Amino acid sequence: MTGGKGMRLRVNPIACTGHGMCAELLPELVGLDPWGYPLVADGPVPRHLAEHARRAATACPTLALLMEEAPAAGSVVSGAGRRRGGRHSG
Amino acid sequence: MSTLEITGVASRPVPRLLAGLSYYRPAGLAEHYRCYGPLPALGRRFIDVVDASGLTGRGGAGFPTGRKMRLVADRRGAKVVVANGAEGEPASSKDRLLLTRLPHLVLDGIALAAAAVGAAAAYLCVHEHETDLMSWLHAAVAERDDPVPVQVTGIPGRYVASEQSSIVQHLNGGPAKPTFAPPRPHERGVRGLPTLVNNVETLAHLALIARYGDHWFRSAGLPSAPGSTLVTVSGAVWRPGVYEIELGTPIGQVVAQAGGPAEPLQALLVGGYFGAWLTVGAALPLPMTHVALKAAGGVLGAGMVIALPASSCLLAETARVVRYLADESAGQCGPCVFGLPALADALADLAFYGGRGRVLGQLAALVPLVERRGACRHPDGVTQLIRSALRTAAADSRLHDETSPCRGVLREPLLPVPGENA
Repeated sequence: MTGGKGMRLRVNPIACTGHGMCAELLPELVGLDPWGYPLVADGPVPRHLAEHARRAATACPTLALLMEEAPAAGSVVSGAGRRRGGRHSG
Repeated sequence: MSTLEITGVASRPVPRLLAGLSYYRPAGLAEHYRCYGPLPALGRRFIDVVDASGLTGRGGAGFPTGRKMRLVADRRGAKVVVANGAEGEPASSKDRLLLTRLPHLVLDGIALAAAAVGAAAAYLCVHEHETDLMSWLHAAVAERDDPVPVQVTGIPGRYVASEQSSIVQHLNGGPAKPTFAPPRPHERGVRGLPTLVNNVETLAHLALIARYGDHWFRSAGLPSAPGSTLVTVSGAVWRPGVYEIELGTPIGQVVAQAGGPAEPLQALLVGGYFGAWLTVGAALPLPMTHVALKAAGGVLGAGMVIALPASSCLLAETARVVRYLADESAGQCGPCVFGLPALADALADLAFYGGRGRVLGQLAALVPLVERRGACRHPDGVTQLIRSALRTAAADSRLHDETSPCRGVLREPLLPVPGENA
């Protein structure tokens, strides 16, 4: 698992307290909102940034930045959750 | 079955759930059996019937109930069933009506769900401040002889406390606040066990599906959205209240059932405070289904329809509700903690003081900063409400932003906001 196409970044918004370390270490993929909380780029983590992304996730003081495998298409419940989120996005 | 011939529960399209409704008091167990018939004992195979019935969750999200039951049933070991009767939506009364008048329908549903998924424990959750309701429910539980014990439990009366992960965390001794997923309740819920959380109306439908079957259930509603559902109609209608309708009934007919408009209408809020405003012209012909409402930019949610009179200000009503929802944030996620008050401030400016030509732009910038950034749907529900308000009252919001508030802000508030006048 060296990152690559299957990995994505996700923030646990409950754990995140807005230290901003992730935006400091990974400005290519993480910006900050006006209140100092991370705005993470959608989509997979590009291969050449995988190591930086992993380091940013490890450096988060509250371990709120998660580097995880993109969910499988067949997963019923996460699919439902994503659809539900999508309903409110547009 | 003679009971059915007498009462005709199974022969009419609607009412179904509400066929046994008696005013003034809850139906006792004997009366309940007289009206709906005895409860057949069904085990795990009941899930196939629920699948075939096409029942979807009546708490708002509309997830297929059979599939949800199977997700829990397929796991190993003991499970838990949670009946969610903590109706957080201020404009909804349907769950309370079921629990106060027809508690045995809900308790039948709990017993069926518990047997189907293999549960060892069951909880019936209502708002903890409703002490009368809780004592009636204790009495109803004591009347029965269910193999899986049902514990009536109080949940804090806050808006986000009735979200399913909030309830699970509360039952585990934590705060009644949403948790980060995964794990979801069906993976690791109450006491770490796979947990089925269903709205009480969903469970009440199970009580009838077990008795009369999936074909009967599908004989009401549309093939794509079968069955009946409870709706709460309020606002400027002559007879506000809870009604049972076939899914797919046009919203106009629902309004007519509630006595029709009491004054000329401007818009309808459908789906509750996480729902969406729709213009009268767009809303009235729309069938009440998840799919049709979604296509029109709305939400069926838990079936609330609120009629807003033409003389009210849609923006002022929305601003009050958004302030309430901002205050109801669980306070866990930064974008919700900071974003919702910022949205509420901007909307209050727009609605009550005039936007000085800046607020519409501010709102457009704030909405994407909040959306999809919380652990639960709370912030997304708020932005959906705001988007729909600005879309439905587009001309009025420009007037508010560029000139001054409309005369509607002087009218008495319509949408219920708990604690506003306390």
